[in-house]
Amino acid sequence: MSRRVRCVLALVALAVLGATLVVAVAELEPFGRYPGPYGDVLAKVVPGERHSGQLVAATVLDYRGFDTLGEELILFTAACGCVALLRLRRRERGEASAPERPAPSFAARAVGGALVGPVVVLAAYVVIHGHLTPGGGFSGGVIGGGALLLAYAAGQQVRLRRVGSIAMLETVEALGAGGFAALAIGGLIAAGATLQNFLPLGTSSMLLSAGTIPVGNVAIGIEVAGAVALIVAEFLEQALLQEPT
Amino acid sequence: MTALQATCLIAVAIIGTLVVATRDPLRQAAVAGIFGLALSALFLSVQAPDVALSQIAVGAIVVPVLVLLALAKIREHDR
Amino acid sequence: MSVLAYLVAVWLLIAGVYGVVTSRHLVHLVICLGVAQASTYVLLLAIGYRSGAQAPIFGDIAQSTPVVDPVVQALTLTDVVVSATVSALLLALAVQAHKRFGSVDPDELNALRG
Repeated sequence: MSRRVRCVLALVALAVLGATLVVAVAELEPFGRYPGPYGDVLAKVVPGERHSGQLVAATVLDYRGFDTLGEELILFTAACGCVALLRLRRRERGEASAPERPAPSFAARAVGGALVGPVVVLAAYVVIHGHLTPGGGFSGGVIGGGALLLAYAAGQQVRLRRVGSIAMLETVEALGAGGFAALAIGGLIAAGATLQNFLPLGTSSMLLSAGTIPVGNVAIGIEVAGAVALIVAEFLEQALLQEPT
Repeated sequence: MTALQATCLIAVAIIGTLVVATRDPLRQAAVAGIFGLALSALFLSVQAPDVALSQIAVGAIVVPVLVLLALAKIREHDR
Repeated sequence: MSVLAYLVAVWLLIAGVYGVVTSRHLVHLVICLGVAQASTYVLLLAIGYRSGAQAPIFGDIAQSTPVVDPVVQALTLTDVVVSATVSALLLALAVQAHKRFGSVDPDELNALRG
């Protein structure tokens, strides 16, 4: 089947799919009229039961915590897959000579180096206040993983090629993933149901409140930051290594 | 539906089409960054700040960087 | 007018899948897959929206104000980050495929050799 025939066939199939989807979508509730009961139930119940005003964090980590456990393991597996694929390549090539990269400009070094600290603090703030303000483990973790990239772009000698750095990133990520799983099992042991909120609830809008929700946020933040930093480090290693001439 | 939401939706549709229509991956990385920004504006206009935060972080940090690194590796191997 | 959000979601899906099918570069394919994933986010958030409501965070608003649905936001939030990581995995696959076959054109990756 030539490429042209394949493209025409794809167009026809997608047109049929599009028409079907448009008909299906026209049957939905009009935009702006939310009928379902679950959102209203959560809005009424969560501030009393969990002493937290952040409904999304409560849903992600408590009421639908099982979905988050699965998603977190997808993230973990994807990071492992990246590492496995790229590390295979690195070992095949053997240890090439130290790469030559041009020194970044003074402006890049100054601004990048100055921003690494505030970015790490911002990431920690977003993660820890996940049960009070928008944010949480996932957003804060990605910002934290980006701090490593900023350090590299600023020309700091992040010793990626030494085994210790990559191994530390892997340990960090595994700790985060294991932490969340331990939280789930802790719920099973302490309160009879997995992922049950078993820590003291405290008063609403304080930092130490809402039971296991901030703890879960921290575990996820560590894991996501570790995963993003690990993937970026593996890709950077690949881009840094040069073919032996 | 407010005018802001309608504008964001149409912008997302147009920029999404542009992402697909840009065939060169290097240029497409930049357009993908703009697509992420338009998406996060849309998420903010439908009252979803958590999702918008995640989309901004991911669309600005993870996607363009990884695409550029992959392209650098492929291009270097070609040489 | 009230179905505009859903139509945009359908359009993004169609455009993304068309880009994947007719792609000539593996990296272009991965980015078009990201566009198709964005269509699910738009659809989910459009379903959960309630006119005139606030974001579902009771930080400084009274607890009786109507809010949008937090369940679909929870689903979309985790999905945004996780799908970026899966795209990273696909890019690593593309890099390896280029090494094995010398080409990033999907039409030239015929691995099933005798």
